[in-house]
Amino acid sequence: MDEQLRHELGRQGIFVTTLEELYNWGRKNSLWPLGFGLACCAIEMIATSMARFDLARFGAEVFRPSPRQADLMIVAGTVTKKMAPQVVRLYNQMAEPKYVIAMGACAISGGPFKQGYNVLKGIDRYLPVDVHIPGCPPRPEALLDAFMALQQKIAQQSLTGEHRPRHLRADVPGEFPVPVFGAHDLQPPSNPQVWSAPQMRRGEGA
Amino acid sequence: MTPDHAHQKAGGGGEGTLPQAWGGPSYELRSSPEGDGGLLEISMGPQHPSTHGVFRMDVVLDGERVVKLKPVFGYLHRNHEKIGEGTTYLGSMPYTDRLDYFCSLTNNWAYALAVEKLAGLEAPERAQYIRVITAELTRLQNHACLGGFLLQDMGASGTPLMYAFREREKILDLFESLTGARMMCNYMRFGGCRCDLPPGWLEQARTVVAEFPKFLDEFESLLNGNEILMSRTQGVGVLPRDLAINASITGPVLRASGVNYDIRKAEPYGIYDRFQFRVPLGDHGDVYDRYMMRVLEMRESIKILEQAMAAIPGGPIMDPKAKIRGFRPKAGEAYGRIEGPKGELGFYLISDGSPNPCRYRVRPPSFINLTVLEDMCLGHHVADVVVILGSVDIVLGEVDR
Amino acid sequence: METLEQIKARAEAAVPGAILGILLNSSPSAQHSLVVDNEHALAVAGFLRDDPQLRLDYLSNATGVDWLDREVKESNITRQVVDGVERDIEVTSVRVVPGYLEAVYHLYSMELRHGPVILRLRTGNRSDLVQIPSLTPLWRGAEFQEREIYDLYGIQFTGHPDLRRILMWDGFEDHPMRKDYVDPDDFEYEPTPHDEVLERAARHYPTTK
Repeated sequence: MDEQLRHELGRQGIFVTTLEELYNWGRKNSLWPLGFGLACCAIEMIATSMARFDLARFGAEVFRPSPRQADLMIVAGTVTKKMAPQVVRLYNQMAEPKYVIAMGACAISGGPFKQGYNVLKGIDRYLPVDVHIPGCPPRPEALLDAFMALQQKIAQQSLTGEHRPRHLRADVPGEFPVPVFGAHDLQPPSNPQVWSAPQMRRGEGA
Repeated sequence: MTPDHAHQKAGGGGEGTLPQAWGGPSYELRSSPEGDGGLLEISMGPQHPSTHGVFRMDVVLDGERVVKLKPVFGYLHRNHEKIGEGTTYLGSMPYTDRLDYFCSLTNNWAYALAVEKLAGLEAPERAQYIRVITAELTRLQNHACLGGFLLQDMGASGTPLMYAFREREKILDLFESLTGARMMCNYMRFGGCRCDLPPGWLEQARTVVAEFPKFLDEFESLLNGNEILMSRTQGVGVLPRDLAINASITGPVLRASGVNYDIRKAEPYGIYDRFQFRVPLGDHGDVYDRYMMRVLEMRESIKILEQAMAAIPGGPIMDPKAKIRGFRPKAGEAYGRIEGPKGELGFYLISDGSPNPCRYRVRPPSFINLTVLEDMCLGHHVADVVVILGSVDIVLGEVDR
Repeated sequence: METLEQIKARAEAAVPGAILGILLNSSPSAQHSLVVDNEHALAVAGFLRDDPQLRLDYLSNATGVDWLDREVKESNITRQVVDGVERDIEVTSVRVVPGYLEAVYHLYSMELRHGPVILRLRTGNRSDLVQIPSLTPLWRGAEFQEREIYDLYGIQFTGHPDLRRILMWDGFEDHPMRKDYVDPDDFEYEPTPHDEVLERAARHYPTTK
């Protein structure tokens, strides 16, 4: 719709919108995160939901203890190999449409603990991540910024056509295989559907 | 669709992704294979709103009563000790922040103390005072948050925790202006501290400390005589004195059982022998006593803080003998320990003369305090397990390391 | 508190047949330790706990240490006749000291407020003779810590009530804190690699040069 016309109508007291915008507006302002902390970043996540930073301003203060009632997973902290299957399982139990914020260096890549034998080198090896927040731990302001980035992402999703989101496509699964414990490592060590190892090119960009 | 799937669809609303060990729909009371009647085995955690992180308990219930409880660890085992053996002595300092991520400054101190014992360094006077001030501020915010979380576990959703976090933010602001980080301070060095107090910091700290008793009065008048709090905590999770000693329990949990053992008094490290303060002791060893221990310890910490901030001298903040680069202690070993907010936090280091420690071990108080979790929970309701666990005050970064 | 020599003498008198050694610690901490033979370890530890002058009722810290096989170079100067002339010849020989695993216990007294007394128990080697007696029957505080040592170092504690893995999962097949543990190959390329990282990367991506 023409922006000019919509603006003009708005001045006359007539508000025009599309179903898509209304739908996305409702979704983006009522994100319900899963109350799920893994490590240090979880404390900053709690601090974000407290009085000083007040996550309620973004409609996201309702931390749900059950994945069935949540649509946003904040992976707040180090994902260890022992925990990774449970994280994937929790994600699978969440209802569509669902989003993932990888909070902190550990959830992105393993962070300072990357060299550990029991540390998963980033949750994006198993799950599709929507927003990454760097930091160790990220400040509450950074988490708020991630919320706003996610809200923008939701607002821009078109409900029809080739690029419609996953929950509106019957052919794309919303669940991901849960890795199992092997003798030395998780099996498989990553999910090729969502992640592939970056190609190593020696002598370039290093 | 397999028959198994059909059953789950009919019963549990499509729980297709539950692990097999959990069996069928959870509301169905099943007898265990041994045939001991109505026993029900449930797995609390690793994702559970009450467990303070990724902690799991395998609980066996007879009706509502707990008859067996086995903690399952390792969901946050991020190889702190292995990484510590692969990096230099100083390289481990930022990792100690992430052990007990509420109390990075006391963790720093414990590690610095162990290395100072190993290398024969001594922090100068001013640094000792700064250490005491930051450690006691850490204790204040840890205990305040513990009170909030404990009440949250009892169902007091929000209010006490928000009060506690409001105070915590004031202390975190102090930490941020001193060290540059809210939580991961990485502040102490072997033989001193990283940087001196910024101008005006002490005045700001004095204001925060002077206002803290007001918060405590409010907190206590809100909670101490609260009927729900008392009925949920008094007589719940009693830890007998002898068991507490034998099971190496330390910190406020030990003192709630009536054992007078505080490392600040028993083996004064730093300059704690200069301050006048008392060690609160409990009579009953139940959850209420453990809660009261924290409240009373906060009052004592304020006394220490007031004395330390009045007496802090000027001067250098680093031992001149300390070497930042090429730090190689002589071969040998040392065990240094402090009274952290959660109990005895110790570091055990073996040096072989190289820049990396040959063995780097953390003695985690909250891990060892969980030894008696089963003993405290037996015979109580499931809802009490949550409260008892909350009163032990665990942080998973330290439990699993 | 008594000196370690006095404790050693009294423990040897109280537990017949016990062989104790003192391991000196040359660092400024001066925390020396007692090395106890496995056969009498439980009796010696019981003596330390119950003796009225010691009363070490509190086991603070229990940990494992891995000592790899070590090569010790020894050089002897001998006088030999070489080509009819007497000369000093330096003969170097390399002797391999077999490695072992070690459990270290730090004992304190809550009642008398002294300590630490450090106990060390050693296994025969690093592969099959890895049994040492558990001190959990004396101090419950050792329960989880010994399980951790078993998990991460592979020391088998005889007499432990519940010796299972504690940090790693049950099907895990290694003891990751040992010095010769090989990390799983889940490496990923980093844009600013160090030499060691590059080596692992080359192993990980054998197709690229």
